[in-house]
Amino acid sequence: MRLTCPICGERDRREFYYKGDAVAEHRPDPDAGEAAWDDYVHLRDNPAGVTRDLWYHEMGCNAWVVVTRNTLTHEVIETRLATGGGA
Amino acid sequence: MRIAGKGLIDRTDAVQFSFDGRMFQGYRGDTLASALLANGQHLVGRSFKYHRPRGILTSGSEEPNALVTVGRGGRQSPNVRATVQEIHDGLEARSQNRWPSLNFDVMAVNDLASPFLGAGFYYKTFMYPRAFWEKLYEPVIRRAAGLGALSGANNTDRYDRAFAFCDLLVIGAGPTGLMAALTAARAGADVILADEDFRMGGRLLAETDQIDGQPAHDWARDILEELAEMDNVRLMPRTNVFGAYDQGTYGALERLEHHTATRRAGAPVECYWRIVARQAVLAAGSIERPIAFRNNDRPGIMTAGAVRSYLNRWGVAPGKRVAVFSNNDDGLRTARDLVAAGVHVSALIDSRHDAPDLPAELRGLRYVKGAKVCDSGGRLRVDRVTYRSVSGEDSVQADCLAMAGGWNPTVHLTCHMNGRPVWNEDIQSFVPAQGAVPGLHPAGACNGVFSTLACLRDGQRAAIDALGAIGITATAGDLPRAEDAPYRITPLWAVPGKGRAWLDFQNDVTVKDVKQAATENFRSVEHMKRYTTQGMATDQGKNSNVAALAVLADVTGRGIPETGTTTFRPPFSPVSIAALGGPGQGKGFAPQRFTTSHKASVEASAPMIEAGLWYRPSYFPAPGETTWRQSCDREVGMVRNTVGVCDVSTLGKIDIQGKDAGAFLDFVYTNTFSTLKVGRVRYGLMLREDGFVMDDGTTARLGETHYVMTTTTAAAGEVMRHLEFARQALLPDMDVTLMSVTEQWAQFAIAGPKSRALLDDLLDDPLAEGDWPFMACGPVTVSGVQGRLFRISFSGEHAYELAVPARYGDSLFRALVDQAKALGGGAYGMEALNVLRIEKGFITHAEIHGRITADDLGMGGMVSQKKDCIGKTMSERPGLSGPSREQLVGLRPVGEVKQLTAGAHLFEPEAEATRENDQGYVTSVCYSPTLGTMLGMGFLKNGIARIGEKVRMVDHLRDVEAICEVTHPVVFDPEGGRVRG
Amino acid sequence: MVDLVAKSPCDGLLPPEIAGLRLVEPAPQRLTSIAPLRGQETAVAESLGVTLPVPGQSAKAGGVELVWFGMGTYLALGEITTDLSGKAALTDQSDAWTVVELTGPRAEDVLARLAPVDFRLSQFAVGATARTEIAHMMGSITRLAQDRFRVMVFRSMAKTLVHDFTLAMEAVGARG
Repeated sequence: MRLTCPICGERDRREFYYKGDAVAEHRPDPDAGEAAWDDYVHLRDNPAGVTRDLWYHEMGCNAWVVVTRNTLTHEVIETRLATGGGA
Repeated sequence: MRIAGKGLIDRTDAVQFSFDGRMFQGYRGDTLASALLANGQHLVGRSFKYHRPRGILTSGSEEPNALVTVGRGGRQSPNVRATVQEIHDGLEARSQNRWPSLNFDVMAVNDLASPFLGAGFYYKTFMYPRAFWEKLYEPVIRRAAGLGALSGANNTDRYDRAFAFCDLLVIGAGPTGLMAALTAARAGADVILADEDFRMGGRLLAETDQIDGQPAHDWARDILEELAEMDNVRLMPRTNVFGAYDQGTYGALERLEHHTATRRAGAPVECYWRIVARQAVLAAGSIERPIAFRNNDRPGIMTAGAVRSYLNRWGVAPGKRVAVFSNNDDGLRTARDLVAAGVHVSALIDSRHDAPDLPAELRGLRYVKGAKVCDSGGRLRVDRVTYRSVSGEDSVQADCLAMAGGWNPTVHLTCHMNGRPVWNEDIQSFVPAQGAVPGLHPAGACNGVFSTLACLRDGQRAAIDALGAIGITATAGDLPRAEDAPYRITPLWAVPGKGRAWLDFQNDVTVKDVKQAATENFRSVEHMKRYTTQGMATDQGKNSNVAALAVLADVTGRGIPETGTTTFRPPFSPVSIAALGGPGQGKGFAPQRFTTSHKASVEASAPMIEAGLWYRPSYFPAPGETTWRQSCDREVGMVRNTVGVCDVSTLGKIDIQGKDAGAFLDFVYTNTFSTLKVGRVRYGLMLREDGFVMDDGTTARLGETHYVMTTTTAAAGEVMRHLEFARQALLPDMDVTLMSVTEQWAQFAIAGPKSRALLDDLLDDPLAEGDWPFMACGPVTVSGVQGRLFRISFSGEHAYELAVPARYGDSLFRALVDQAKALGGGAYGMEALNVLRIEKGFITHAEIHGRITADDLGMGGMVSQKKDCIGKTMSERPGLSGPSREQLVGLRPVGEVKQLTAGAHLFEPEAEATRENDQGYVTSVCYSPTLGTMLGMGFLKNGIARIGEKVRMVDHLRDVEAICEVTHPVVFDPEGGRVRG
Repeated sequence: MVDLVAKSPCDGLLPPEIAGLRLVEPAPQRLTSIAPLRGQETAVAESLGVTLPVPGQSAKAGGVELVWFGMGTYLALGEITTDLSGKAALTDQSDAWTVVELTGPRAEDVLARLAPVDFRLSQFAVGATARTEIAHMMGSITRLAQDRFRVMVFRSMAKTLVHDFTLAMEAVGARG
């Protein structure tokens, strides 16, 4: 498996650490309420299809990367830096 | 039997090898199979279940029968395919699955019992009584079944592993692959051409065709010579591309030393390649299928393509009287080659009524159209075949039968990413689905294209398509002149009739078994496979799957496309596990991390323990000490009474700079760091976002915008990831930088009442009185070297940590230990460090194991209410604090049993020690020489309120029970006078 | 008073030449990581008198070699004489890394056994650099010449680096 790091270009997946759903970059306000926090910390979709998740280029440039990919075809659709600002 | 003047072997280079202890001679260029056949040895093994005699069926890696064991001891390889193994002087091969000998195998009685041993026999017979399965049935069956075995000795061979990158990977070097590689190479692309055979050329080596007026194998040689001269081409013979993976990654296994008589020292036997190809052409060819008829499994019965391979490539006549059985034009081709080589063809039996007439050169041959072979005779080798036609049954003598059942495209790699091949009516087989693997272009025979000219054309086309996809223009040069005969086949899968007709030769699956599976309603192809073991042999059904499907389709009244195929998964051919591991055995398994004091510690006879990847000393034995406890007790006493030195460099150290560094730390720690004074250190607690404790450590403020954080040894990597995540994804607007400095500094704890005296002696300038209170930090110099000093303590004693650039670590450690010894102290290891911290109730990851909150540790007050931090919101959830939870306590044995064990559970003294009564558990224990008792730390329900009460510790695994008093976690010097003094 | 003696990470570890491939530890030099503070990239570049290298590249500025070293970070090899305070976070890394140089016509083949990076000259020219995994170790590889590479892993892993390189060099050498 190969992932395109937005900084380093296409790299082998063994350089990356996998974290989980990209929702993690959208941290709720402290007072957003229980439901928002429960969503943020615990609830995850498990789609057969397009997902967005966070990978850390740990053995590379240290960038956190949001990877959009398809769990059925394994196609990597898009990668971008995690800056908290993405959709 | 060799045929003079024929074949691509070097007859000037004779090779001696042995099979089952008998010496044989072959030539360079022979496989074990071709050399055995040249010596008339057809019987090479026994089948899995019935122990039927087995001969060589094929001439390629799909071989199901001719599996042998090669080598001995640590180099013994079982299940080596004789059709792949090249012979070399001294090669020692042995047959498998027979006892006492290949010719007389006791277990062949199974064959007589075969009416009882059909599909599902084991499932039905060995069910009851249930207890017998594990103890009796399975061991007995396992001993009786199975193929080759390992020797039990440690594998002494080396294995290599490497990455390769190219524009175009061409898999297979037959006509298609050669043409694809040539087209791409001439266009300037970086090309890798891989073929599992040791000689490239594919079927061009096995047929008598001509290309451009010269023998096809000469044409192949010329092309290969041209390719070998080009810098942008890498030829990889003996390389099995076994799997297609995501984003153009292919797994391949290259055989390096299996064909050499003496293995050179240090030379790997195999190399596992991960090839990253921008595009790939699959030119894997096709595999010929046998035809199922009664007793079609006798040695001497082979595929027709294999007969031509042995004849044309290796100059071997596989029999003196060869019969040919065909459902397509390959029967004629085979007969023609045999006759031309002077081999007697006893009959050509073609199942097609409309088979073409005999060409002139075959006039006089016994040629029966519209007939089917229905039985064979012979014992350890076929001696007769019987066929049936409209005019009844007849027999001919034959010591070899060539079966031409048609060709199955080698679609395997196109299925590795969930692609399903599609049925092609014209060739009566499956062809690859379009775009099944992104960037992989099937071409030639594996794409259902069979004539040589069509293969050359398709190879060229595939290369142009593939390169076009990556913006490289390749041109279609003129194609050479080559054979372009049509492929005419009338399907024939199984000849009807009584008796057993084999589909899967290795696993003894017959037509009858497949029919029985269908009868018992295992109609899905996947169910049939598992019920009958069809296709589960080492060839993974390469020879038999399509025929088995056809039989299943027939009995279930469905078409083959509806019946579908089973799933082909990697590897295409067997791959040794050792090769996948590559050099990752022994010390190559994982990196080893050594501190700068490692050498001095080993010289001091300290046993080393692994802490993650690090190696740290357990204890430093003094003369006369015979147990670790003696050393540990002494080292603890040293720290409590004089001074001890310990390497703490393994703790993670992170340099944090920038104007927002303080604010950043406030966000990642529960407590506040922006208010910390320059030149001071503070203990910090870090939570995960779910509110549980992640790590702890001290952070020092070195300057206004400069901090250095320490993490635990175990969590250093995790914390760095976490901080980078916070910085990049959660606080992208902060001006803060992070840099690991763990390895820059060699850092040593100097702990004990005499630590200050030691430092005053060591440092270039003595520590100024009053400038170094507890939790102070600052720069110091040692022999002119700039260092950092921190007055922090993990022992509860007056202590420091001194850091110098790592190049001086070895030297400084030795100096510190010498000075400590002069003061009555010395070095201490992990055991003493652990005792010292338990006496003081300091936590490690034994306590912060992932299910613990700050409140559980008695540190709820450290979660600042004045600011947000990671984990704060979730830590405030109901149920994550208070007396309903298990809280950190100390434990001390007060009953008769004075032993405590980590991992034991806690109960009320009178309660039964069952799960429902569980009150908590023990995380850490030690013997405290300071207090003369064992001490424990653990978590106990409502523990803080129960201090002074008694609990019962029960270790169900080690069978230890002890009555304990619950104490405050800090049992030694609870006021902390020593650390400040 | 003590006398502290400096030791290099590969002290006593390096193997002899294998099959025309050499692994040597160059003379130690100052290593400093430079992470420009927010908005200070240009100021840092001007102070150093060099265009900061793009990811995957290195540059020379006077006696200092500047190697891209990860997101927003550069590694300076050599003494930095300019004052970058307030412009960049500087961290001394001189002792943090094992630095070796691999030389030989088949150096690319050795690296292909240790790191999942495309080292073909067309893709990884002289001056190219990569942060990558080197036999399970975090590291940095820079091409200094067609057949010469600088390889860096953490100091504590020097022994593993030498062990793994030795095996890889022997494997390449065995191919004749």
